[in-house]
Amino acid sequence: MRCFMALPDDPIPFLGVFGESATTGRSTDGRVVIETQGLVKRFGEREALKGVSFAAHRGELLAVIGPNGAGKTTLLSILAGIRRQDGGTVSRDPGEIGWIPQQAALYRRLTVAENLRLFAHLEKVPDADAAVDEMLEQTGLGERRDDQVGTLSGGNQQRINIAIGLLARPVVLLLDEPSAGLDPRQRERLWEFVLGLAGAGTTVIFSTHNIAEAERYGQRLLVLADGEALFDGTSNDLHAAVPESGARDFEQAFVAFLRDRGH
Amino acid sequence: MRWLFIKDLQILRRSPLVTTLLVVYPAVIAVLIGFALSRGPETPRVAFLNEVPQGQTLVLAGTEFDIAGARTELCARIDCIPVSNEDEARDMVRSGDALAALILPSDLIDRLESLSTLSPSQPTVRVLVNEEDPIKARLVDDRISSLVTQANLRISKQVTRISANYLRLLLEGGNFNLLGQTFNVLGLKNTERILEALRPELPADSPSAGALDRVIQFSRLARQNLNLASPVLGAIAHPIDVQKEVISGSPPSLDSFAIAVAVTVTLMFVTVLLVAGSLALEREENAFPRLTRGLVGRTALLVEKVGLGVALSLLVTLLMVAGLALFVDVDWARFPLFGAAIVAGGAAFAAFGAAIGGAAREVRASSLLAFMISLPVAFVSLVGSGTVSPILYDVIKVIRALFPFDPALDAISGGLEAAGPGLGAAVLHLAILTAAYGVLARLALRRFAA
Repeated sequence: MRCFMALPDDPIPFLGVFGESATTGRSTDGRVVIETQGLVKRFGEREALKGVSFAAHRGELLAVIGPNGAGKTTLLSILAGIRRQDGGTVSRDPGEIGWIPQQAALYRRLTVAENLRLFAHLEKVPDADAAVDEMLEQTGLGERRDDQVGTLSGGNQQRINIAIGLLARPVVLLLDEPSAGLDPRQRERLWEFVLGLAGAGTTVIFSTHNIAEAERYGQRLLVLADGEALFDGTSNDLHAAVPESGARDFEQAFVAFLRDRGH
Repeated sequence: MRWLFIKDLQILRRSPLVTTLLVVYPAVIAVLIGFALSRGPETPRVAFLNEVPQGQTLVLAGTEFDIAGARTELCARIDCIPVSNEDEARDMVRSGDALAALILPSDLIDRLESLSTLSPSQPTVRVLVNEEDPIKARLVDDRISSLVTQANLRISKQVTRISANYLRLLLEGGNFNLLGQTFNVLGLKNTERILEALRPELPADSPSAGALDRVIQFSRLARQNLNLASPVLGAIAHPIDVQKEVISGSPPSLDSFAIAVAVTVTLMFVTVLLVAGSLALEREENAFPRLTRGLVGRTALLVEKVGLGVALSLLVTLLMVAGLALFVDVDWARFPLFGAAIVAGGAAFAAFGAAIGGAAREVRASSLLAFMISLPVAFVSLVGSGTVSPILYDVIKVIRALFPFDPALDAISGGLEAAGPGLGAAVLHLAILTAAYGVLARLALRRFAA
C-alpha cells in the first residue's frame, strides 16, 4: 500500500511512496517545463516582484527561499494562475499545474471523500471515483473517508490538501510552505513523497522558510528578497558566493549572503 | 457548476442550525401572521361596561332613540367584550386582553335626554386605555375618537330631526303634546292666511290697516325664511361630506399585503444571508483561489450562488405561503404570477447578498453586514408617503429604488392579487437591480483572492 505522511498513531504503517529509489532519482532530463521572464507584480505603490526570471526543468526540485515579504507566495500564485502579473511572461509546457496552498483549501463540513470527489469532478478527472480511491490509499486516510474534514488533525488536513493538488496528475507541482505546521516525522514523510513525485518526472517548485529543508531537498535554490531574484543555483554555489563570511552551516551562509546584498 | 451546487447543499445539510432556521423561521412567521390575520385587524377588543339601568329608553322630544341598534352598530366596529364592573374592565386593559374599556355611566340617558330641554347637561362616556406603547396609544385614540364622533353624529341627527319638526309646527301649525296635554299651534302659514282675509274688511282709511299690513309682511317673511331653516339644520348636523378619489396606487387587500410583507421579509433574510454567507465561506475555507484557477470561472461561481439562493428561497417562501393559506385565502390560480415575483425578488436579493459576501469576505462579517443593511432598508421601505417630511421621503424613495425590498414587495403584492401594484414594472426593476448587484459582486471578487 502506498501512502505518505503517516502519523505516529495511524493504523497504516508508512511503506514509502516509490521505495528507496525515489530519493535517489533526483535527475532531470534538462527539458524546461516552466519559465518566467522579467515578472513584475505591484500591490498599489509596492512592487512585490521586480523582474524575476528563472526556468525549471522536468523532474527538478526548485526551492524558493527568502525572508518574509520577499515575494515567494506572490511568485507561486502567479505561476499557479491565481494572480496576474503586471509585467513579464510565464511560459510553460502544456499540462496541468498542481497548486497546494499553505493553508488547507478544503471544505470542513464535507467528508474527506466528498472533498476529493468534488475536486476530481471539477478537474474533469475521467474516473473520479477511482481517483478518489487512489488518493485515499496514498494518503492513508481510507478509513476516515467518511469523516468530516473539520474533525481531522492539521496534519491529516494537509494530506488531503496535497492529494487534491495531485488529482489531475500535474506536470508541475507548486507547494507553498508545504511543511509548515507539521511535526518532524510528518515533514520527513512529506518530503519522501515529494521526492518520489520528482523522481517520476514531476517538476516540484516549493517555497519554504526552513533553510535546512531547502538545502536538503532543493536541487536548485531561487533566493528572493524584496521582490528581486538575488540568486539562482545550488546550495554549494550559494556557500561559494560568501567565502569570507566564516559561516559554519548553510543557514549562516544564507544570512551572510542576504546581509552582503543589503537585506 | 452542478458539483458546486451539490457541494453547497451538502454543506447546508451538515449545518443543522442554518437548516433548522431555514425551515423553522418561515413556519413560525407563517403561523404568527396567520393567527394575526385570522383574528381580524379591523376589530380591536374593547371591554364594554354598560351601567345604564336595563330597560331604560332614550326619548328625545317624544321620539324614542334606538339604543339596541346603536349598540349593535358599535359592536360591529369593535370586538365588544361585556364586563360586569369597572375593576374587571381595568384588569382586562392592564393585562392587554383588551385594547381599551368603554364605560357608559348610569346617568348617560338622563343627560342625553336633557339635550332637548331648556337645561341641557352634557353626557360623557369614560374610556380606559393602556398607553404602554405610542403606537397602541395612537390606535386607541383614533378608534375611540372615531366611535364617539359617530355616536355624536347619530344623536345630532336625531336632535336636528326633532328641531325640524318644531319648525314645521311653527310654519304649518298643528297639534303639540306637552306633559300629557295637547295644544293646537296656529302656525305662520295659517296666521298669514287669516290676516290676509281680514285685511279687505278694514276701511281704506283705517289707522289699523298699515299696522296689519306690517304684521302680514312679517308673517310672510318669517315663513319664507324658516322654510330654509330645515336644510340648514341638516347641513349643520353633517357639515362636511367626504368625496374620496384615488389618484395613485391600487392597494391590495390587507390580508394580501400582510402575506406579501411576510414573504418579502423572509425572502430577503433567507436569500441575502444564505448567498452572502455561502460566498464568504469560499474564501474563509481558502477554497476560492483553488476553484478559480481554472476550475470554475468567477462569474460562473456567482451564477451558482445566485441560483442556490433563488432555489432555496423559492422553496422556503412557498412553504410559508402554503402555511399562511391555512389561515387566509390564497388565490393559487395566481401561482405562476407570484411564483415569478418570488423568483425575480429572490434573484435580486441573491445578487445583493453576493455583493455583500464579496465585500465582507468572512461569513460572520457578511452576516452582520447583511443584517445591518437589510433591516433598515426593509423598515424605510414600509414608510408611507406623507408620514415624514418631503425631503426625508425623497431620500427614502432613493433608498427604495436602490435596494430590492420595495420592488420585491410590489411584485409579490401584485402577484398575489390583481388589485395590487403592477407586476411588470416591479419585475423589470428587480431585473435591473439583479444585474447591477451582479456587477458589483463580480468586481468585489477581483479582490477576493487577496
